[in-house]
Amino acid sequence: MTQDVGSGAVGSPVERLDGQAKVTGNAPYAFEQLTEGAVYLHPLRAPVARGRVTEMDTSAAEAVGGVRAILLAGQVEQLDTRDRELAVLQSREVAFRGQYVGAVLATTPENARHAASLVRVSCAASPPDVALEGDRADLYAPEVVNPRFGTDTEQGDTDSAFEEAAYFIDRTYRTPMEHNNPMEPHATVAHWDGGELSLYDSTQGAHSVRATLAPLFGLPTDRVRVQAPHVGGGFGSKGLPHANVVLAALAARSVPGTPVKFAVTRQQIFTVAGHRTPTIQRIRLGATRSGELTAITHDVVEHTSRIKEFAEQTAVPTRNMYRAANRRTTHRLAALDVPVPSWMRAPGECPGMFALESAVDEMARECGQDPVEFRIRNEPSEDPETGLPFSSHNLATCLRRGAEGFGWYDRNAPARSSPDAAGWIPGVGVAASTYPVFRSPGSRALVLAEGSGRYRVSIGAVDIGTGARTALTQIAADALGTEVSAIDLRIADTALPYANVAGGSSGTTCWGTAIHEAAGKLRAEHGSAPLPGASAEGETTSNPESGRFAMHAYGAQFAEVRVHADTGEVRVPRMLGVFAVGRVINPRTARSQFLGGMTMGLSMALHEEAVLDHELGHVVNQDLAEYHIATNADVGAIEITWLDEQDPHVNPMGSKGIGEIGIVGTAAAVANAVQHATGVRVRQLPITPDKLIS
Amino acid sequence: MIPFEYRRAEDTDSAVAAVEEAPRAVFLAGGTNLVDHLKLGITAPEELVDVTALPLDTIESTPDGGLRIGATVRNSDLAASPPVRERYRALSLALLSGASAQLRNRATTGGNLLQRTRCPYFQEVTTPCNKRSPGTGCSALHGHNKNHAVLGASDSCVATHPSDMAVAMAALDGTVHVRSSRDERTIPVTELHRLPGEQPHRDTVLERGELITAVDLPPLPEGTYTAYRKVRERASYAFALVSVAAVLRVANGVIDDVRLAFGGLAHKPWRAGTAEERLRGAIPEEATFREAAEAELSVARPLADNAFKIPLARNTLGAVLRDLTTEVLR
Repeated sequence: MTQDVGSGAVGSPVERLDGQAKVTGNAPYAFEQLTEGAVYLHPLRAPVARGRVTEMDTSAAEAVGGVRAILLAGQVEQLDTRDRELAVLQSREVAFRGQYVGAVLATTPENARHAASLVRVSCAASPPDVALEGDRADLYAPEVVNPRFGTDTEQGDTDSAFEEAAYFIDRTYRTPMEHNNPMEPHATVAHWDGGELSLYDSTQGAHSVRATLAPLFGLPTDRVRVQAPHVGGGFGSKGLPHANVVLAALAARSVPGTPVKFAVTRQQIFTVAGHRTPTIQRIRLGATRSGELTAITHDVVEHTSRIKEFAEQTAVPTRNMYRAANRRTTHRLAALDVPVPSWMRAPGECPGMFALESAVDEMARECGQDPVEFRIRNEPSEDPETGLPFSSHNLATCLRRGAEGFGWYDRNAPARSSPDAAGWIPGVGVAASTYPVFRSPGSRALVLAEGSGRYRVSIGAVDIGTGARTALTQIAADALGTEVSAIDLRIADTALPYANVAGGSSGTTCWGTAIHEAAGKLRAEHGSAPLPGASAEGETTSNPESGRFAMHAYGAQFAEVRVHADTGEVRVPRMLGVFAVGRVINPRTARSQFLGGMTMGLSMALHEEAVLDHELGHVVNQDLAEYHIATNADVGAIEITWLDEQDPHVNPMGSKGIGEIGIVGTAAAVANAVQHATGVRVRQLPITPDKLIS
Repeated sequence: MIPFEYRRAEDTDSAVAAVEEAPRAVFLAGGTNLVDHLKLGITAPEELVDVTALPLDTIESTPDGGLRIGATVRNSDLAASPPVRERYRALSLALLSGASAQLRNRATTGGNLLQRTRCPYFQEVTTPCNKRSPGTGCSALHGHNKNHAVLGASDSCVATHPSDMAVAMAALDGTVHVRSSRDERTIPVTELHRLPGEQPHRDTVLERGELITAVDLPPLPEGTYTAYRKVRERASYAFALVSVAAVLRVANGVIDDVRLAFGGLAHKPWRAGTAEERLRGAIPEEATFREAAEAELSVARPLADNAFKIPLARNTLGAVLRDLTTEVLR
C-alpha cells in the first residue's frame, strides 16, 4: 500500500468545515433550492393496504385555486423499470397502505395539500396480511441477503454438538419494525428543461439517484444531473432513491420548465422511505463445561414487501463473531402487504447482534462466567467462516479496556440488587460491536493544481451530516502534503466524478482511496509543486487484499441502567463505547458518529417500535409523538474512546468505517444490564415498562 | 389551503358572541393542539376566535386562601408561579411533566383542559373513529391499544385524555369557571370531562360557545402534601402510560384527608373515589395503599395491549403514597 506524504491533517480534530454555515442557516438543503416559480407536490396515497384503486374523483380538487396538474395512477407516462417500488403510478394495484396513487401540483404547498385531500379515491380492497410470525407457512428463502451474502450457511453438525454440549440454550429474540427518521425528511426539487432532468435531492448518493432515474425515464445518464449540497441525515433511508424521488421527477415532466418541490412529510416517511424489518431470531448455543462454544445456530425470520424483496442480513455477523466448530445461519422471509423495507443503520448487524449478544450474555451466566471473559475466551483466531486471517482483530482489547474504564469488575453480583430510596435498581451490562469493512470499486476523484499551493479536489460524494466533507479534505491535504486550508473540495454533484453511495460505512474508504490515488498520481507525474492546471484522476479499485484477509471493525459497549422497582421505567445514566476501527481520520467528527450511533442504539433498546395495524395495515404510530426516539433526557453520560489500531490492509488511510458500528450491540448491552438489575431477561425490543411490570 | 377567518377577541363578551354566532367558529388559545388538527384535517373551522388577548392571564389568591388561575395563563408561567410551587406542588409537577418547554410556553390553562385525545386513530383521518367521525367505528378497540383506557371506556371509544395538568386539578378539587352569552356557571374539574359512552365525539360537558375563563383551586389545610408522578415510555416528551396526582394529610397517625386522581387510564382524569374511601381514617402503610388501589382498579377492563396498566397504576399509586407518607412523617 502507498503511504501518505503526511501533513498531520489526518488524525486532527478539524472542526466541521460546513459547521458554521449549518448552524447559521446558510447551508441550503435540497428543498430550499429553486424556489422561484416552483410548484409544490402533495401525493395521493392508497387508503387501503391491499386491493385496487377503482376510481379517483378529482372534480373538487381541480376547483382549488392554484392547482397546476393532477397525476393519477394508471394514467401517466410509462416508466422503464421492473422495480415495482419505483414503478410509481404505473398501475392501480395497491401493495401497501399509503402507497402513492397520484399527486397534486399547486402553486403553494397548502393548496396542494388541500386539493389532494379533496380527491376521492375509491378502492376494491381485501383484508391485508401484515403480521409476521415465525411459523407462517409461506416463509421462503431469498436467493441472497443484503447486499450479496449467502442466505444460509452450515458448518459441522450442530444437532450432535447441541446434544453433547454441557451447557445449551435455545432462545428466541424479537426486534420490531423500525424507521430511520433522519432530522431532515426526504425532499426533492425536480426540474425538466429541454429534455434534461435536474434534481436537488436529499440523498446519500447523487450518482446512485442518477443511475437509477436515468433509465427509468429513458435518458442517457448525462442528461440527468443530481445535486445534494447538504443532507440532514439519512441512516440508510436515503441510500437508494425511493418512490418519492420518482414521483417528483414524474410530476415535473408534466410541467416542463417549472421546478417541482416535494417535501415528504414526517408521517409519509413511515410508508415510503424504507424501514427496518421486524425480526424473529432463534439462537441456540452449546458450550463445554469450561465455557467454550461448540455450536451456534442463528435462524432468522423477517418480512419484506410483496412488490420488492429486501432481505436483511440479520444472522451474518454470527458467521464470524465467535469460534465454534459447528454453526448454522438461516434467513427466511414472509412477503407481506407492507411498505418496502430497506437499509437502516447497520442493517443485519444491528438487529442480529442484539440477539447474538443477548444470547452470549445468557450463555455466560449459564456457564457461570464473566460475560467479558466469556467473550474473550470464545474469540476466533481466524474467520470461522472462511478460515482467513483477520486484517486486525482487537475485540479483546476493547473489552478489557472498556471493563477497566467502566468499573466493570466492581459491579454487584448478578441480579436483584435492592432499590435505592427512590425505588431505582442499578445494573450493568456489556456487549460487543462489529461491522465489516466494505469497499466498492468505482469511485473516482479529480485533483487539480490551482497554483499558489492550492488544489481543487472533486468527487461526487455526499456529506449526509457525517463530516465527510471535512474528513475528505483532511485526506486530500495529507495525500498532497499540504494544509486543510489549501484544499478546495467539491462534492455532492453528479457533474463531478462518480462516487459510491454513502452507505455500508464505506464512504471514507471508497472516496478517500480515490482521492489518495489521484493525489499520488499528481505528485508522481507533476512533482510536489505542480504547475497550475496540472491534474490527475484516481480511482478506487477492489481491495487486492480482500481475498487474503477477513476485515472487520470491533467494539465493546458497556451500559449502566436503573430500573424502577414499582413502574418498570428504565433509565441509562451511563454508557461507554471502546472501538477498534483502524485509523481515525478526524477524532471530533468520529466521536460524533459513535455518540450518534450509541444514542440510536439506546433509542432502539428503550423506545423505537413501529406498530402495524393488522386490519388497516398502516403504521399506527406514524409521527414523532408516538414513534418514540430517545430525547435528551433519556441520554445520560456517553463516553467514547478508541484504540490506536494499525491496519495496513483495509485502504491507504488505514481506516475502517465508523458510521454504523456505534449502533451495533448497544441494545444488547442495555438488555443485559436490565437483566443484571432485575433478573428479567427481555428478549423483545423495545424494553418498555410493560415488559418489566409485575 | 382551507380558508378560515381569524379574529382576535378584545373582551370576553365579544369572544363568546363571535363563536355563538358562527356555527363553525372555534376558540383559539395556544393552538398547540388545534393547529395540529387543522394540518391533519381533523377539523376545518371557518373562523378562529383568538382568546389569548383576553384579560384572563392572571393568577390570584382568592379570599378563602385558594387560587384563581386565568384561562389564558401559559402552562410554563403557571408551573413557575410561586403560589403554585409552594401550595400546589402537584400542579406544578404535572405541568412540567407535560409536552415540551416550547409547547408549555404556548399552551394555556383553558386549552390544556380542552385538548383532545392523542389516540393515533383519531389523528389519522383515513381510519374509522367515532370521536372524529361519529358512527364510523372505533379502530383502537381491536387495533393497537397499548396507550388506551382501562377505566370507564365503551365499545364506541377507548381513548384517554392526554392532560397532566387536568389530573392534578382533579385531585386538587379544582372548579372551572365557564362563560356563555347567557350566563356564567362553575363545573368541578372532575365533571368537566365526560366518559365516552355512546357519544365519544363529546369530550366535555361544555355547550357550544361556552368559554373557560378560570380555574379555582380551594385552599389546602395546613399539613397537606401533594405530589404528581407520571410514568411514561421515555424520560420526557411522552404521554402518560399512567399518572397519579395525590393530596395527603395525616393527623394522629391516620390518614385525615386523601384525594387521588389517575391520568392515562380513562377518557377523563379519573378521580379515585373508591381508593380514597378505603384510605380515609386508615393507617398509612404499604399494604393499605395496595388494597385501596386494587379496590379502585377492580372495575378496570383491559384491552388486548394494555393489561399492564392495571398493575402499573396500582404500583404507581402505592409508590406515590409511600413517598408522600415519608415526607409527611419527616
